[in-house]
Amino acid sequence: MIHKRLSIVAAAGLIAVAVPGVSPAHAEPGTGTEPPVVELVLDVSGSMKAADIDGETRMAVAKRAFNDVVDALPETTRLGIRVLGATYGGKSKRQGCRDTQQIVEVGPVNRVAAKNAIATLKPTGFTPIGLALREAAKDLDGAGTARRIVLITDGEDTCTPPDPCDVARELAAQGTDLVVDTLGLAPDEKTRKQLVCISQATGGTYAAAQSEEELTDRIKQLVDRAALPPPVTPAVVAGAKDCAGAPLLAAGVYSDRELIGEHRFYRVAVSEGDELRASVSIALDRPLNRDYGVLIKAATVDGRELVRGLDAGSGRADVISAGLRWSGDEEPALSAISEICLIVSNSLASATAAGAPGMPVELTIGLAPASQAPDAPGLGRGFLLLFVLAIAGLIAGVLAGWLTRWWVAKWKEN
Amino acid sequence: MRILLAGAALGLTLLPAVPAWADPSAGPEPAGGGSAGTSFLNAVTIAPEQPVKVGAAIGDYLYWQFPATAGQRPELAIDVALPDEGRTGDQSWTVEVFDGLRRRQACVGGEQSPVASTTVSEVRIGCRLRQVRSWAEPWDGDPLPGTYYVRLSSTRLPEKDLGLPVEVSLALTAPTGDTGADQGELAAPLVPVNQPGKVLTTPVPTAPAAPGDGEDMVATAWLPDFSSRWIWTAGGGVLAAVAGLIGFSWTRRRA
Repeated sequence: MIHKRLSIVAAAGLIAVAVPGVSPAHAEPGTGTEPPVVELVLDVSGSMKAADIDGETRMAVAKRAFNDVVDALPETTRLGIRVLGATYGGKSKRQGCRDTQQIVEVGPVNRVAAKNAIATLKPTGFTPIGLALREAAKDLDGAGTARRIVLITDGEDTCTPPDPCDVARELAAQGTDLVVDTLGLAPDEKTRKQLVCISQATGGTYAAAQSEEELTDRIKQLVDRAALPPPVTPAVVAGAKDCAGAPLLAAGVYSDRELIGEHRFYRVAVSEGDELRASVSIALDRPLNRDYGVLIKAATVDGRELVRGLDAGSGRADVISAGLRWSGDEEPALSAISEICLIVSNSLASATAAGAPGMPVELTIGLAPASQAPDAPGLGRGFLLLFVLAIAGLIAGVLAGWLTRWWVAKWKEN
Repeated sequence: MRILLAGAALGLTLLPAVPAWADPSAGPEPAGGGSAGTSFLNAVTIAPEQPVKVGAAIGDYLYWQFPATAGQRPELAIDVALPDEGRTGDQSWTVEVFDGLRRRQACVGGEQSPVASTTVSEVRIGCRLRQVRSWAEPWDGDPLPGTYYVRLSSTRLPEKDLGLPVEVSLALTAPTGDTGADQGELAAPLVPVNQPGKVLTTPVPTAPAAPGDGEDMVATAWLPDFSSRWIWTAGGGVLAAVAGLIGFSWTRRRA
């Protein structure tokens, strides 16, 4: 019977061990019901005539690269193509700077039609990048949740104002998820600076292509990236200036904008036995001074700080993030508190573009069961433990021996 | 009965040799070896022993994520093949690791931010994390079970070098160390919340945890997971018994 019970305990122990501590509790990724959308914006201005890529004109190389990309396009991806500077060959800046057309509508791609449209392109006019970006954003309007524009150009904008970089920042601030990836064809310094600025303003990437292979590979990579949209689209929220007027948030991902030096307040309802998990990322979408930081604080509604998370850095970076955990169980007096105030602030500074729109903020709120502080260990380890146990055993053995001898002697006497 | 007991005993003695209990599969399926994300949200999932090779441009911020369980010591080894032409100055490369709450994690090994001069054609970057703990105080930054983000970027470089093509190869290893050092357990791993947010007008009363779950927890909570502590404690018991026998034998009258 004892044997049976022992074996059951041993078996139970084994089973308990076999259950891993971490369960795969990943939330189901929001499988995109909407297909990925991407628009290629190609510069067909006069400068594309230059024959400096592997001895061929930039235009010829770009055309072949586009054909390759159209051939290799993932089935689900919906693609549009817009050109700029393709039709007006005159001298009038006013007219030349309105020269942008969509040659392939955003949608499931008809490969033959797309290739025919590409084949007819001739390098012609001005380079109205700002306008083309605006129009491209309109083309993608309502087309999907994660929208990507790939801008391919060999020269800087010849139609400023508006500065295409300001246009990009403005577009990013309007929509929730518009990313502009830029690709410079044998770019000069001014072009590179402009394209870097555009990609930084929208959270996109910049690459330079000096050969046909580089160009084709990079466009394919960007289109493939667009085919893998993020698992969740953040909900837009506007944080308040104080806790009283702050929006009450459920668990999930939010996006907001915060000016340099601004504080934004949010409220979260945390029930007893729950743990609040919050993280915040601020995208550094403009040139900033060298050092920067972000701070997220959890406080009671009347302003008493509970916990904070912060991070700081320097040098090039795309985002800066911090996070925190808090549960009322840690301090019984607070466990009755239901509403927690979250304050997001930054220590950024910019010598140039400090005004609106603010920097993109991504706020993630999670509510998970609170973890219990562990008790003292039930098992021990180390040589001190062995020594103590051995000495205790020895003493117990000696005592048991003496007792036995005494008892035997007494038994013999009687 | 004896066979059962013997089997259980055998299982217990074999345990240290079979670290298969640590299930590293907590997370979405790896998306394959040829891609990288560009933000925390679309970071590409990678797995240990599955090398990643991806083309990128200097100036890109590349993001990956991987799941880790308590006791693991994740280590990243990254090689960046730099272009031979077009570089004009020194470049600083950095790998940064963040936990599921996007809190920065310290690298305790590996060269986290090397500088590549114009003469080298490859730069090696490495980061070894501290051992993932099974529990930590909420205000503590210790590594905990859940998702980890990796960000690779060049932090300081001549502006002219932006956009040049590079080839990045990344390898992740996650050997499991001894879990016995830790007590306590995190109720839910630190994984990203993949649902869009919702602004509420009134607080939603959350239902208390189902009582069934609680009972399950209580049934097994008193028994710690397998660790070296079991060996030490059981060994100590055996030693004490032997010492007891020796002590007993000392008191016998010598013939």
